[in-house]
Amino acid sequence: MSVLAHVFEAAGIATVALGSIRRQIESTAPPRGLWCDFPLGRPLGRPGDAEFQHRVLDAAFGLLDADGPVLAEFDESIPDDGADTLACPLPPRHDPDAHPAVDEARGLRAAYDRGVAATGGRFGAGRVVAADDIPAAIEAFVRIAEGTPWKEAGIPGQPMRVSHDIRSYYETAALALVDHTPAAWASTRWFLDQTEGGRVMLAARRTMQDQGAPQPMWFYLTPGDR
Amino acid sequence: MADSDIKALTEALPGEDFETTAFTTPPPLAEATVAIVTTASLHHPDQDDFAVSDTGFRVLDDARRDYVTGHWSPNFDGSGFAADMNVVFPAHRLDELEERGVIGRVADRHLAYAGNQFDLSGVRLDSGPAGARLMRDDGVDVVLLTPV
Repeated sequence: MSVLAHVFEAAGIATVALGSIRRQIESTAPPRGLWCDFPLGRPLGRPGDAEFQHRVLDAAFGLLDADGPVLAEFDESIPDDGADTLACPLPPRHDPDAHPAVDEARGLRAAYDRGVAATGGRFGAGRVVAADDIPAAIEAFVRIAEGTPWKEAGIPGQPMRVSHDIRSYYETAALALVDHTPAAWASTRWFLDQTEGGRVMLAARRTMQDQGAPQPMWFYLTPGDR
Repeated sequence: MADSDIKALTEALPGEDFETTAFTTPPPLAEATVAIVTTASLHHPDQDDFAVSDTGFRVLDDARRDYVTGHWSPNFDGSGFAADMNVVFPAHRLDELEERGVIGRVADRHLAYAGNQFDLSGVRLDSGPAGARLMRDDGVDVVLLTPV
């Protein structure tokens, strides 16, 4: 993003860059940068909190008064200690013949549709795998987790993209099943740690790594530290 | 899994070096036209999605608020943007600043790039300058850059 700041300033447009990663905004040195110690994905801090967002914007636009390059720090942090997991109900077992993750995904479909309607589909699910096909996509990763070579498992697209749609499907459904906006990463932790679908994705990721799949094929199936 | 763990994976990635830092002095904010340029890979649903190594940009119509994310990285929280787009793309907040007279006006168009790029030469040499020209032609004085 700082590249754009440099390019736009050179074209005669003043810029203010928000940054969530301190070392990154320090090393790339945009002409005017505001480091905000907020979780990744929330550069203005708090969803649904217009007053807080305006405080961030006031601090950012305040840098336009500087008479030379400036890097400032916003005066409030929003820490994430990795412990906050969304408490979200899961569908009861319905089809005993289906893999638990497949059964679960089918059971979340109505919630997913409500989530799309409530959020305008902003999460970006359904980009390569339509909602109807999410259970089948999960079945492909089940096969990998059970030992099928990843290239023969029938993943319906590039693994990273399919994984993105599975996670987005679950997290969109979760937003419809709770009555509040989750803390940052809380719905992701719910997906990875509480759902059958998340367990399948983590297992498939480990198996693909063990199978010698190229690093980008398995690494980007989940957040990098998992 | 904590946010700091994810940041630790990405904070040491090398950035582009610029020998000099360009610096433009804007007009007073109350007279300025302000646009948002985000690297959150946003697009309208009827526009092309972003490819994994897409160094291009999408033009976002300020009058439409049907932005969706086209980011492929798993390394950010998506629930905040899903719940409130302003936490990434503060279009409503800029409207309020315009109404209060804090900024001159909100630009008619904004831009979105994909921030998860390892080879930034295309952005630096091609799509970045092209986006800047478009903004300049729209009379934009100030750009707020937001990541995801």
